Amino acid sequence: MNAADTAFVLVCAALVMFMTPGLALFYAGMVRSKNVLGTTMQSFVLLGLGTVVWAVVGYSLAFGTDFGGIIGGFDFAFMRDVGLDTANSPAENLPHLAFMVFQCMFAVLTPALITGAFAERMRFGPFLVFSALWLILVYSPMCHWVWGGGWLGQMGALDFAGGAVVHMSSGAAALAGCLYLGKRKGYGKEPNIPHNLPMTVLGAAILWFGWFGFNAGSALAADGLAANAFVTTHFAAAAAMLGWLIVETLHSGKPTTLGAASGAVAGLVCITPAAGFVSPMASIVIGLLGGAICYGGVLLKGKFGYDDSLDVVGIHGLGGTFGALATGVFASIGAEGLIMGNPKQLWIQFVSVVATWIFCFVMSLILYKVVDAVMGLRASEEDESKGLDVTQHNETGYQW
Amino acid sequence: MKKIEIIAKPFKVEDIKEALTELGVKGMTVSEAKGFGRQRGHKEVYRGAEYQVDFVPKVKIEVVAEDDMAPKIVKAAQEAARTGQVGDGKIFVIPVDDVMRIRTGETGDDAI
Repeated sequence: MNAADTAFVLVCAALVMFMTPGLALFYAGMVRSKNVLGTTMQSFVLLGLGTVVWAVVGYSLAFGTDFGGIIGGFDFAFMRDVGLDTANSPAENLPHLAFMVFQCMFAVLTPALITGAFAERMRFGPFLVFSALWLILVYSPMCHWVWGGGWLGQMGALDFAGGAVVHMSSGAAALAGCLYLGKRKGYGKEPNIPHNLPMTVLGAAILWFGWFGFNAGSALAADGLAANAFVTTHFAAAAAMLGWLIVETLHSGKPTTLGAASGAVAGLVCITPAAGFVSPMASIVIGLLGGAICYGGVLLKGKFGYDDSLDVVGIHGLGGTFGALATGVFASIGAEGLIMGNPKQLWIQFVSVVATWIFCFVMSLILYKVVDAVMGLRASEEDESKGLDVTQHNETGYQW
Repeated sequence: MKKIEIIAKPFKVEDIKEALTELGVKGMTVSEAKGFGRQRGHKEVYRGAEYQVDFVPKVKIEVVAEDDMAPKIVKAAQEAARTGQVGDGKIFVIPVDDVMRIRTGETGDDAI
């Protein structure tokens, strides 16, 4: 066991924990005021639900004894054999509990990311059931495939901190969700505009802050690799903010505050799979391109006519995909990508992208259908008009 | 008695208040309002998507005055609120049957 590493990873776990309420603010500022609490809750409640699901079974399915590269066993269910020392710990320098709780924060955040796609129209109870099932049947297997000794990891796919596990998976689930649920009432007819952008900017800033734990912590040690991931994370976010603002100004005339916040988050998404594998200057290139690409990504919904309310597909789906491929191009630390003369890595990254999208999209679609058939996912038309705050939670965000 | 209802650009509210108090107006009610006239709102852009926002922010100032004060108030309010651009707003003059000061029960001109 290494004391410095343990201290570092525990602090990083706390940073990642803070991302979920940060995401709640980021999303809640973008919805209409009648849905501010409903949207906040769909992220915040996962700190409760996601954590318990992870402790009971999720962690074990992700990191338990491997079955055929597909899923982990039940050896760590109910925290059995997850102890104070390094016994059975996937990271031999860390107490098993420290590794587990760091991973727990990722499991909490990922289903919260999806909620932006079906914001302002999902009933709360079915949402909880969907999220719990999604964690067990989509997130845990994905996590196992990449980090738990599963087939993608064995194949050599590079995913430093969750481009596939976190961002592509939530992006694919988001696409399935907004296609399955359909558009919000009045979409395209009445302006669905953000009710509190300062809240969104605060949320983006908290996400940026927490992301240092997410990416640097994924080095799982207090070392130079963590420092590299910290720097690439920061550089990519900075460059992507600029990339987004430049393209936005050329496309629609003015640089916007929402654009600056969205660009930064897009850069953080894009660098996530690459953070520990690419150099700082490569991360600036990834950020600039990523910001521009994700701006294009959010325009897609207008072209194809799906209502991805808060652009989870455009930012997390597309950003995660671009980041995974960019890792295959720019990897130069502890792995070799295209620029180091290794085109095979790019092919492996491509396979991981396709596998992740197909698995997560199909599984998520099945889960939406099943939960919908049993409970009914979508809020009634009247409830949607009144807003989720008063209809799902018996409260309103703002009194006057 | 007349009620003068002034719908104006929000940043003009202080100028209008000063102009009216200089005339001797002793009280007024201000509310934040939204609406549109011939300028038909404005355009907003979020993540590259354009939205037509028809209801633009305005202030509504309500003043009740004796009949002979009304034209002076209207003139002063117009001068204070005018920028010459579309969207400057409107002023309505409405007859008022009666007024009561709640504390004392006074009515009519005495209650203004």
